[in-house]
Amino acid sequence: MAAWHNVVIVGGGGAGLRAAIAVAEANPKLTVAIVSKVYPMRSHTVSAEGGAAAVAGDDDTMDEHAYDTVSGSDWLCDQDAVEAFVVEARKELLRLEHWGCPWSREPDGRIAVRAFGGMKKRRTWFAADKTGFHLLHTLFQTALSYTDIVRYDEWFVTKLLVHDGRVRGVVAVELATGRVETIVADAVIVCTGGCGRVFPFTTNANIKTGDGMALAYQAGAPLKDMEFVQYHPTGLPFTGILITEAARAEGGRLLNKDGYRYLQDYDLGTPTDEPVLRSMELGPRDRLSQAFVHEMEKGRTVETEAGHVVHLDLRHLGEKLVDERLPFVRELCASYQNIDPVHELVPVRPVVHYMMGGIHTDIHGATPLTGLYAAGEVACVSINGANRLGSNSLPELLVFGARAGQAVAEFVATVPGAATAPVLAQGRDEERRLVRELSGRQHSDGERIADIRTEMQETMEAGAGIYRDEASLTKALDKLAELKTRFARASMDDASRTFNTELVAMLELSGMLDVATCIVASGLRRKESRGAHQRTDFPDRDDETYLAHSVISRKPDGDWRVEYLPVTITRWPPGERVYGR
Amino acid sequence: MPESITMEVWRYRPERESEPTWDSYEVPLRKEWAVLDGLNHIKDQLDGTLSYRWSCRMGICGSCGMTVNGEPKLGCSTFLTDYAPGPVRVEPLHNFPVIRDLVVEMGDFMAKLPTVKPWLVGDDEPDEDTEYRQTPVEMDDYKRYSMCINCMLCYAACPVYALDPEFIGPAAIALAQRYNLDSRDAGAEDRRDVLASAEGVWACTFVGECSVACPKDVDPAGAIQRYKLTAANKAVRDLLLPRGAR
Amino acid sequence: MSQVRLYRPPVSLTWWLRKPSYLVFMLRELSSVFIAWFVAYLLMLVYAVGSGPGAYRDFLDLSANPALVVLNVIALAFVLLHTVTWFGLAPKAMVIRLGALRVPPNVILAAHYGAWLVVSAVVAWVVLR
Repeated sequence: MAAWHNVVIVGGGGAGLRAAIAVAEANPKLTVAIVSKVYPMRSHTVSAEGGAAAVAGDDDTMDEHAYDTVSGSDWLCDQDAVEAFVVEARKELLRLEHWGCPWSREPDGRIAVRAFGGMKKRRTWFAADKTGFHLLHTLFQTALSYTDIVRYDEWFVTKLLVHDGRVRGVVAVELATGRVETIVADAVIVCTGGCGRVFPFTTNANIKTGDGMALAYQAGAPLKDMEFVQYHPTGLPFTGILITEAARAEGGRLLNKDGYRYLQDYDLGTPTDEPVLRSMELGPRDRLSQAFVHEMEKGRTVETEAGHVVHLDLRHLGEKLVDERLPFVRELCASYQNIDPVHELVPVRPVVHYMMGGIHTDIHGATPLTGLYAAGEVACVSINGANRLGSNSLPELLVFGARAGQAVAEFVATVPGAATAPVLAQGRDEERRLVRELSGRQHSDGERIADIRTEMQETMEAGAGIYRDEASLTKALDKLAELKTRFARASMDDASRTFNTELVAMLELSGMLDVATCIVASGLRRKESRGAHQRTDFPDRDDETYLAHSVISRKPDGDWRVEYLPVTITRWPPGERVYGR
Repeated sequence: MPESITMEVWRYRPERESEPTWDSYEVPLRKEWAVLDGLNHIKDQLDGTLSYRWSCRMGICGSCGMTVNGEPKLGCSTFLTDYAPGPVRVEPLHNFPVIRDLVVEMGDFMAKLPTVKPWLVGDDEPDEDTEYRQTPVEMDDYKRYSMCINCMLCYAACPVYALDPEFIGPAAIALAQRYNLDSRDAGAEDRRDVLASAEGVWACTFVGECSVACPKDVDPAGAIQRYKLTAANKAVRDLLLPRGAR
Repeated sequence: MSQVRLYRPPVSLTWWLRKPSYLVFMLRELSSVFIAWFVAYLLMLVYAVGSGPGAYRDFLDLSANPALVVLNVIALAFVLLHTVTWFGLAPKAMVIRLGALRVPPNVILAAHYGAWLVVSAVVAWVVLR
């Protein structure tokens, strides 16, 4: 069987929904399908808490937002992309307001903004501390009004179909039935989010397995800046559940085991009672997570069953402010940590949160592979460079989701029709492969999928964590190669076609092993320290050699190749990152 | 605290059996573990064939609705220690057809949701560089109903939905009210036909269990009762007043 | 989804005994029968009053029949159940604002009971004066 749509969007989170609406608006004659392994409102956009950045007040300018983003990225972002981003971010957030997003308000009815890490002005729009939830549901519900957008809910995409150097569709499994279908398309937009689940301790949901990165990589599209993995400084121990940066923006303080605001020892400014922008607790995430590691090495963190922690102190904020501005933080602390942040210290530790790298795209979301586009966390445009600023990811998925949608609508209108027979033949090959995978793993002597996944995650934390070096990365790379071999022989308990979640886990792991390899291989090649990529054997930034994007692509023999592309600099030449001074 | 707890899990594998069965598993009892962690332990270590949905594990994505010891719950925010010494009985959400194990078919809700037009119908949209003004007090009117995560716990708790599957149901009506009560919205009249129908609010007989089951304090029962008053008022006005004065 | 054999769990005949709230729900549904009876009974009274003293006396004799007394006591219980649960949802249905402040639900509830008392007192005054 085969279906056909002008545009297929893989992933139904914030970027995917925004792209779908953009296609529908740009050209209502086009048919658009969203293919997602979960119902759209389950997508991980839902978990974003703190807010979305865009210039709001009269005291702020687009240039200042751009400069904060550029310096936050350690100058690895493309400044033309950032300049477009800051202008469109505001338009997109207002658009979302017009669609009904319940942004928190000032008493006079205007949209309220809060401070955020690495931002010199208050420009983070928020919906209490459930910004991602409201953003996703607003987009999803708005998308329902576009009846031309077709959804394939709970369909897992296993392959991008490429013919004559052009992406022509996808193969997907309907989870409920196990039916494999080839979905032919003139263009595909990948919006599947990040890959936090290649690490053991992450804020990311179970679904964040880097599927889209793996699909693109396997189809021949390169991945960019994959060595840059963001650790968020404040996750709950044991679960890794995110405690939003907004907690610090509202005045929360980070304390070591002596109750000392240790960030002052790491060139992040001096402690004050009121939060100061771009200072102390409002420094960038990479620097705060790195400071934690140094505190731990000095023996000044608190040791718990779930590892070392420091404390986030919200007690002085008072119940009223916490309930009004941080209700979800209070709810999460109560449910998962059995504490009340109004009266008690919150134990926190750095946790893998976001992937700066991703599928290499241009400023319109186009990848080097004709017909393939990407937007959101899965893509690397790049506006985030070596370190993303908090509250830039939600506007990013809106801005570049919309851009990709518009670009695809134009592309599809100009592209000539092409033969579908070879594409369908590829689809049938893929279906046969999937049937073999399902029936060929029912032996009892193989390893469990979950065990290999766990080993991969531990390998990544040990080898490519907050600090890495040549030895740790090399060891991780060897281990990943070994895991790939073992994975080929791993077994599954479940041979059913009906909602086989073990099959999904197996397909996800297959992709994650590729994505993990790209992270480590790119990290090994970058012999400098920049933003979130900290090499203890090369502690300094090296603009001479590495003010460049790493681009990793798959060679036909299954091996990989890392190359470098220049960074676009428009108005802000590389300089020192200054916080708190 | 005992070291382990028994989880009795409802199984249905349509390719193998026509009737559901129960499987019993022994899982470690740890104070941090939610029912979902217990299921993950089973899936990863004991029996890879168990199927269930989950994602965010922080009570916001709405994937892991299930019946725990008879009550509709989110698996990720229901803790094993609260059921010690056990056993913990886990079933799929009631009132839904089951695809397999704990995975229910929720296409019915997904089909009903668009019929209540849960999106903003604006009549004087501001230009693209300004926002609608909306005071915190105005936002307070609908904010609670905007918190719905579509987890389906309210449908599982609703006996009316069990007896009359045509009922639009608590979450969909609450979401319609979320927009009806938004000061920016002008779509209440468009939603009225569906909401004020026999399968809309009038099917509800105020059992109130939907609001008890709701993990996000949305209070769908309140949303429905409120709309009944609105619909009744409107119907009386239509009957008594001349067209211009309605 | 033609290829999936969905399992549709049967609804048991005694599902309404599973939870107190379900039982109350069923009793409340049942209360409509007794409310209908009270309406009929009231119409009979009105008719009897209108038909003269003889018919009224016959009506009173009929009402003194123990079976009818028992029926009316049961009906009264159901009507009270209906009224109390009806009042219980009133604060849910009525959201009244005074400026920025929302009138608390228990005030609305109390107002309903207050109004009930006043109406009852007026009726009692009309009947007994």
